Amino acid sequence: MELELEPFSKVNSIITPFDKANVDTDQIIPKQFLKLITKSGFGKFLFYDWRFDRDGKPKDDFVLNDSHYEDSQVLVTNENFGCGSSREHAVWALKDFGFNVIISPSFADIFYSNCFKNGVLPIILDIEKIHKLLQFEDEIELDLNSQKITLGDEYINFEIDSHRKVRLLEGLDEIDLTLKEDEKIGKFENDSSIVSIF
Amino acid sequence: MTETLFEKIWNSHVVVERENEPSLIYIDRHLVHEVTSPQAFDGLRVNNRQVRRPDLTIATIDHNVPTTDRSLPMVDETSATQINTLEKNCKDFGIKLFGINDPNQGIVHVIGPQLGITLPGSTIVCGDSHTSTQGAFGAFAFGIGTSEVEHTLATQTLWLEKPKTFEILATGKRRNSFAVTSKDIILSIIKKIGTDGGAGHVLEYRGDAISDLSMEQRMTICNMSIEAGSRAGLIAPDEKAFDYINNREYTPKNYDELVDTWKDNLMSDTNAKFDKSFTIDVERIEPQVSWGTNPAMVSDVTGTVPTPEEYGQSNEIQIKSAKKALEYMDLESGTPIVEIPIDRVFIGSCTNARLEDLKDAAEIVRGKTVNPDVNAMVVPGSQMVKHEAEKLGLDKIFKDANFEWRESGCSMCLGMNPDILKPGERCASTSNRNFEGRQGSGGRTHLVSPVMAAASAIAGHFVDVREWN
Repeated sequence: MELELEPFSKVNSIITPFDKANVDTDQIIPKQFLKLITKSGFGKFLFYDWRFDRDGKPKDDFVLNDSHYEDSQVLVTNENFGCGSSREHAVWALKDFGFNVIISPSFADIFYSNCFKNGVLPIILDIEKIHKLLQFEDEIELDLNSQKITLGDEYINFEIDSHRKVRLLEGLDEIDLTLKEDEKIGKFENDSSIVSIF
Repeated sequence: MTETLFEKIWNSHVVVERENEPSLIYIDRHLVHEVTSPQAFDGLRVNNRQVRRPDLTIATIDHNVPTTDRSLPMVDETSATQINTLEKNCKDFGIKLFGINDPNQGIVHVIGPQLGITLPGSTIVCGDSHTSTQGAFGAFAFGIGTSEVEHTLATQTLWLEKPKTFEILATGKRRNSFAVTSKDIILSIIKKIGTDGGAGHVLEYRGDAISDLSMEQRMTICNMSIEAGSRAGLIAPDEKAFDYINNREYTPKNYDELVDTWKDNLMSDTNAKFDKSFTIDVERIEPQVSWGTNPAMVSDVTGTVPTPEEYGQSNEIQIKSAKKALEYMDLESGTPIVEIPIDRVFIGSCTNARLEDLKDAAEIVRGKTVNPDVNAMVVPGSQMVKHEAEKLGLDKIFKDANFEWRESGCSMCLGMNPDILKPGERCASTSNRNFEGRQGSGGRTHLVSPVMAAASAIAGHFVDVREWN
């Protein structure tokens, strides 16, 4: 079973507060779980070393083990989320666990790009708004189309690159889009002196 | 209009460019390994797509391979499955594989330059963040995720937003060019600009202190660009770079002509404008040792483990991170770095496992013995490095000193194979990441140079390697 890219719709969910900075992809999905050759089934290993003790028992004080947040689709975290290794398994694990939105003051470049490829929306907000979200306990409504997060009577707007937005909303396959440029790629290959390895 | 080196490489690889959109960039070299590729090949199969340019693509097996005797069957079945899967994928899609018993097998970023596959002025990708290593040759080399691996296999291009440019100017002369290494330079840079200081940027390392370095030392610097959060790191190629690639197994036939076109072109123009700039005087740099759980948490060897406040200044988030790091590392603030005892030493990884690294480490080790409380290993970056080291008798120096001498691979840099730390073990490591659990769940990593790792193995704790004799 592969993860299918589905059009991104509205999200109604409570927030999982995850107030940590510099969360690296080694923490999101430790290396011992990178050996699967499919994209599914990584959710149970998400944050493994933080979620479970050495005997494999869930740690009570770790937020993802709190049943209150079980159905949450939104992770709110702190700066430089997803740094380190390029492993896309980190996004597959978050998605498989149920997170469709990750909100942070900043993301590592490769992780940020990997999110969009898998229908996960990464949102960048300034630290004051992050603090507001971290303290908000009721359900929020997140609408990608209008780029708006509603928290009770208030709302927060967010920025997103218009092309990435369209791709998420429509669930478009990027390779299909690129293959429409096939003629230009062919012309580039003919016009440039590309050096074969062999 | 003046351009930086990065902008020149970018502009010569644009296939499609439209206003306010990402650009479609042509990829000259695609390197593939077993961990981040299986799902990409699956995607090709599901959609009935081919690899567009197998002649620009190579694969090797590095992350999972055992570093012990490879004539024995693999114990770890899931690793074996991943390796078999890459072998099958390469066969099905016509990709050249440097497999587990190939004399050219090795860490993907080590073999690229060694085989003459890495070329100045080119665009290079691999599903691995340390692809930035190859920027040392003046290439735009960067890590990608698995979806982008699939995209590159299918189209030989990627949609990219143009990164900004960041000049890192390294001036002065190292006071002790044996004991203060390029690893110490890059750790000092990351300490200053932070783990996200380079985010959204391509770093260009410039200045006399960079020109002064050998190619293998430059690769160590570019390798850790990702640890500063940057998209890539590069250095303008010079004669040293052109010589390194020359006469390798896959050096292009018309190499001299290519060098002629690179020579006058592959450098930032005088007065080219960078979006950001940072200057470091290498004369002041001491040997470095990391004490925390990210590569900016680093101290001078003559220093002490800082307090969270000293590290974080007034930044609450950083103070909190440092507290957590000290707890994980089981270190007390104020402890002199040289008094931290170690259990394990790992000399290896794409950061520091090339021939020069091993030569320098062997210089420290020669005629001495590893401390009885320490378990130390050397894992050459590739079979070729291993072979060359053995020709020089380095294996004998290490083995006589009670180091283990292993087969090539990523090994304990990330511990996907059986080479891992036990919970609580403390390791002096020449690798690139000191994240929690990186080298094994509960393991504690201190990032250091190869000479520092070698000296620590003998002493049983960190030492000021400038005073080693």
